[in-house]
Amino acid sequence: MSTERAASAESTSPLVSVRDLRTWFELRQWGFLRVGSVRAVDGVSFDLGRGESVAFVGESGCGKSSLARTLLGLHRPTGGEVSFDGYRVQDLAGRDLQWYRASVGYVQQDPYGALPPFMDVRRILAEPLVVHGVTDRAERERRIRRALEEVRLGPGDAILDQFPHMLSGGQQQRVVIARALVLEPAMIIADEPVSMLDASVRVEILNLLRRIQSERSLTLAFITHDLSTVRHYADRIFVMYAGRIVEQAQVDELLEHPQHPYTQALLAAIADVDAANARRVRDVPAGEPPSLLHPPPGCRFHPRCPHAMAGTCDVRDPGMFEPRRDHLSACWLHER
Amino acid sequence: MAARPLLRVEDLQLHYRTRRGIARAVDGVSFDIRANEALVVLGESGCGKSSLAKALLRILPRNVHSFRGQVMLGDTDVMALGDEAFRRDVQWTRVAMVMQAAMNALNPVVRVGEQVAEPLRVHAGWSRERARERVVRTFEQVGVATDFLQRYPFELSGGMRQRVVLAMALVTEPELVILDEPTSALDVLTQASIMNVLKRIKREQGTSFMLITHDVATSSEIADRVALMYAGQMVEVADADAFFHEPAHPYSQMLMASVPRLRQQTEPAPIPGQPPELIEPPAGCRFADRCPRRFDRCAREPEPLRVGERHHVRCWLHAGSGGAGGGGRA
Repeated sequence: MSTERAASAESTSPLVSVRDLRTWFELRQWGFLRVGSVRAVDGVSFDLGRGESVAFVGESGCGKSSLARTLLGLHRPTGGEVSFDGYRVQDLAGRDLQWYRASVGYVQQDPYGALPPFMDVRRILAEPLVVHGVTDRAERERRIRRALEEVRLGPGDAILDQFPHMLSGGQQQRVVIARALVLEPAMIIADEPVSMLDASVRVEILNLLRRIQSERSLTLAFITHDLSTVRHYADRIFVMYAGRIVEQAQVDELLEHPQHPYTQALLAAIADVDAANARRVRDVPAGEPPSLLHPPPGCRFHPRCPHAMAGTCDVRDPGMFEPRRDHLSACWLHER
Repeated sequence: MAARPLLRVEDLQLHYRTRRGIARAVDGVSFDIRANEALVVLGESGCGKSSLAKALLRILPRNVHSFRGQVMLGDTDVMALGDEAFRRDVQWTRVAMVMQAAMNALNPVVRVGEQVAEPLRVHAGWSRERARERVVRTFEQVGVATDFLQRYPFELSGGMRQRVVLAMALVTEPELVILDEPTSALDVLTQASIMNVLKRIKREQGTSFMLITHDVATSSEIADRVALMYAGQMVEVADADAFFHEPAHPYSQMLMASVPRLRQQTEPAPIPGQPPELIEPPAGCRFADRCPRRFDRCAREPEPLRVGERHHVRCWLHAGSGGAGGGGRA
């Protein structure tokens, strides 16, 4: 069924299309009193092309993981819509929903937590296939071996009989990636895939993801707080702040010509290794990201922004402007 | 005459008993820290860097197998002190520590002002009134408004709690503050502002720091000196300039090449292989099986070799002449 669907869609249309997506979590006291809503994702729109590699960058609490989990169908959106391959995800049910789940792979942040400790690698990798109705044992074995080879854990049977605790952090993350691959998805969402790993292993895993992405022409969405890794592993960056996308552009363009004051502050706070750093005090905007329960009116960055314009930024929500070609920024400074 | 070090550590050893054998977490470590100097101890998880901090502050688990070496703090022979004397004269009064994830270990039912006063009251024996004034001043130093004194930890953000924990370490005005991964759970902007606080305190108070981290970029924010640990040993100890720009040990070089750079097009290169176990580590150089430059001599364990002013490397490539076959020179 999935092959028919893939063939039916236009290959030039975006794979994922998100419009004004909102994921709010209702907060209750004593289980019934409504206190308000945490606006984790609050009006986000973007398109992801087929075979494109993108990064959603932001600090903790900016909504990037809620966005990932909404795309995966783990949270029901409060408003707006997500389309995948031309289908509205909210409308999918039954077999169609299962097709969607098989089409989007998930790589978690903490590989050890993501792997069931009582299953060996063979069972871990067979499980999604069983769930998705691959009943032929030989076919399952073939797909498992292919995925293992892709993540460079095969060939050979040794790994198949191992349990997660017997593997190093890097190997565990490879198993998680293999599990995301066995169903041959069209897209992979990787939520902080290397933040729990040591520096020397990080690059290996990132290189692996990039290679798999280009070999399979997958759409790859990285969720990360670490701007310094994205240059080599993503084509396009979305910067998130307090539930919104504030800036988006191709990687080099964004890193070299950041437009939004938040992105500028973020970049200024990141050091490239240099002994002179120790003699320098960094410019850091005062304050902290706002509460998503009571976000400030207007631009959400205005209370911390060095360029905030009274009467504008604290009143009106900025739309998306295009200060440079194919480079969007949600900031009143770019209004023309 | 060179400045006398504030802290001098010679051949420190801390081994643990485990079910599978003896784990050599700290295995013959030597270094010094001068007054108003910041030493960053860099290393990947399991290299023994946190054990080193615990050994210095004598916060030891029960399964210690051996703990020996020489630790001089000024004129005090720390290893010769009994536990009671150590707790009274050194722990927290002269050497304080911010433990890993300490900001999540604050007592949830005690106001943060009182928690910060605790080291003064417990270790230095101050009265509540006398401690209060110092706590207020310390809060100002770390950039927490004094009306936060009356708050409980859950009312504070992560960045604020980290500042409170930092205040707890600074409140006794110790000569040396040991920080174990002080920013690793924090966001980029919060990290940068915590590092700014540390820099300012170092400049204004003349405090010495030993900062433990796995993050090379963070380490460069404060380091005067860098010590790189691998499998329980320090493989290179050097001035920050030398370490970041001309590292001498092959592991240091590969680690620097593995760091993604925001502002450079050079691709980070992974380090193949994995660090050895601390239980029965390989004989000879512990990095040898991952090292692209190993040669026959690496089968024997290298001692720290002096390659420059306050610059030591555990690597036979730097043995110079005198060794068998003359050795290789980097």
